[in-house]
Amino acid sequence: MLSYVIKRLLLMIPTLIGITVITFVIIRLAPGDPIALKAQASLDALGSDQAQVEIIEQTRKLYGLDKPLYVQYGKWIGQIVTLDFGMSYRDHRPVIDKIGDALPITLTLNIISILLIYLISVPIGALCALRPRTFFDRISALGLFVLYSLPSFWVAMMLIIYFAGGDYMNLFPIVGFESDNASILPWYDWIGNVAWHLVLPVTCLTYGGFAFLSRFSRASVLEVIRKDYIRTARAKGLSEWKVVVHHAMRNALIPLMTITSTLLPALLGGSVIIEQIFSIPGMGRLGFESVLTRDYPVIMAIAFISAFLTLLSILITDILYAVVDPRITFEEKG
Amino acid sequence: MRKKSQSYSGLVWQQFCKSRLAVISLVFVALLVSTAILAPVIANDRPILMKWDGEWYSPALHLQADMRGWDFKDLKKKHPESTMIFPPIPYGPGNYDLDAVLAGPSTAHILGTDGDGRDVAAQMVWGARISLSVGFIAVGIAVFIGIILGAIAGYHGGWIDLGLSRLIEVMMCFPTFFLILAVLAFVGPSIYNIMIIIGVTGWTGVARLVRGDFLKFRNREFVIAARVTGMSSRRIAFRHLLPNAMAPVLVSATFGVAAAILTESALSFLGFGVPPSTPSWGSILSQAQAYMDIAWWLTLAPGFAIFLSITAYNLIGEALRDAIDPQMRV
Repeated sequence: MLSYVIKRLLLMIPTLIGITVITFVIIRLAPGDPIALKAQASLDALGSDQAQVEIIEQTRKLYGLDKPLYVQYGKWIGQIVTLDFGMSYRDHRPVIDKIGDALPITLTLNIISILLIYLISVPIGALCALRPRTFFDRISALGLFVLYSLPSFWVAMMLIIYFAGGDYMNLFPIVGFESDNASILPWYDWIGNVAWHLVLPVTCLTYGGFAFLSRFSRASVLEVIRKDYIRTARAKGLSEWKVVVHHAMRNALIPLMTITSTLLPALLGGSVIIEQIFSIPGMGRLGFESVLTRDYPVIMAIAFISAFLTLLSILITDILYAVVDPRITFEEKG
Repeated sequence: MRKKSQSYSGLVWQQFCKSRLAVISLVFVALLVSTAILAPVIANDRPILMKWDGEWYSPALHLQADMRGWDFKDLKKKHPESTMIFPPIPYGPGNYDLDAVLAGPSTAHILGTDGDGRDVAAQMVWGARISLSVGFIAVGIAVFIGIILGAIAGYHGGWIDLGLSRLIEVMMCFPTFFLILAVLAFVGPSIYNIMIIIGVTGWTGVARLVRGDFLKFRNREFVIAARVTGMSSRRIAFRHLLPNAMAPVLVSATFGVAAAILTESALSFLGFGVPPSTPSWGSILSQAQAYMDIAWWLTLAPGFAIFLSITAYNLIGEALRDAIDPQMRV
């Protein structure tokens, strides 16, 4: 098991290098210059063209942007090994600090969303599988499908109009992850405050995932429920509850585990829009802002970290396979 | 008399038609396509047909050089006796009606107007062009790249497959939406850039499907037979192997159209999509954000249009998938 994990971790390295090289090349070859953008305001005051050129050249040298691309990339990779992501061009804060602020917020959002998606859609799927082709089966399939097709930014706008705008109901806050100065609250009040802020964004991140997962869990349970051991369990007089929960679900859940890894990157990407609409200072918003200001070190760090998290979640899923299903081992095949 | 044997595509079509929702969706998409094609005669401030100086003209379709800059509605008012047939929505997407800024739905503007006094219904009709062309062209690019790379990987196997599989893995681990945003921020938002970037980032699913099917079929008898007769690799790959892999690609492409439409509208919503002068469903929604509390009609129409077209493509995709693969039906 351990050797398998180490092997998989090593295999991540070429993938991560590929991702960072592509990101690096794209952002560096693109027109537009962060230094010129950044210096524009202060340079306008100076007026003189000669002074402008000199200052831009100096700043470029300071950030190492005057060197060839491969030298810059080599330097960046060298820093990454020591987990040094450099300084943000925008406010000179270490990138790692900025990400340290944003990542927990995005992870909180996404973990709550994924948990909710599973908690709601797996039982729905299982119920549909136990009563296939009934009214409940059909109506839930259609309803979840409709939810799946609703664009999340539109739903976000609607929720804001009706539940937070003040015109109809003013139940939830429109912006932010917590209220200003929420950190001085005792921890139980703080959790309540965050939860209150997260109701609308989490709703937007969650509802679209139901359709996919409930269909999947329906198919998975349907396949298991026809197996001989379920008939045996029923034949020996177990209650339906026991048959379903103890015998069917345990086996049906195995394929559901792989889906988690495909959900995580989607939620990370989707949160750009949701975080932007609700002004939540998470990874999506940080990425959006750094793209706008061409904050190269932050863009690179976000690409690197989200790719790493995606690869990691694929690995964790594979390991969970072995934990849930003792028949799967990594030793002989690897 | 022997009954004519049924072709595979005929069988798929028969299965597809069993789903009533899918057929309705197909009709809806057909309507959408005709709306997009006929946009100039559905929403235009120029008449479809007019008689002027004893000659018939159709300014909506073709504007005569000497008529450029004419205000046809004003003309009609001044000459009530002249024959002019206006489109059902007598506004173009770029006509500013400054007397009716943020006007609610009325007989003059059936879906109201936006913050610049532009008719929402006219923008919706012209926006259908954007969303359809983005959907189909972006997916076309993605399918093309996916088929080529998937075919190369699956046909050759070995080191080439290993390398290309790694490339697929790299692309799959990218936070796609973030990548699209970054590229658009750098190269500048335009409808062509959006099509290209959605296509270039969206080919991995197709590539995996094609690769998998090629790996499955490449040692089958019909391929070996083709090889024995001395066919070129390219001919074997594209004439004999590819048709066997096309059905799942088609399904994936249908879902891809839905996803591309959603991506385009999300980008326009964030202000990274088409320029404001080009009407698109996403850009109407983006504008609506500013007037959310006073102009509900701005959010409703484009929201429903995006939602309905995405639902339609997804339903078609589902029905197609069920039709091509009886084992998937549960």
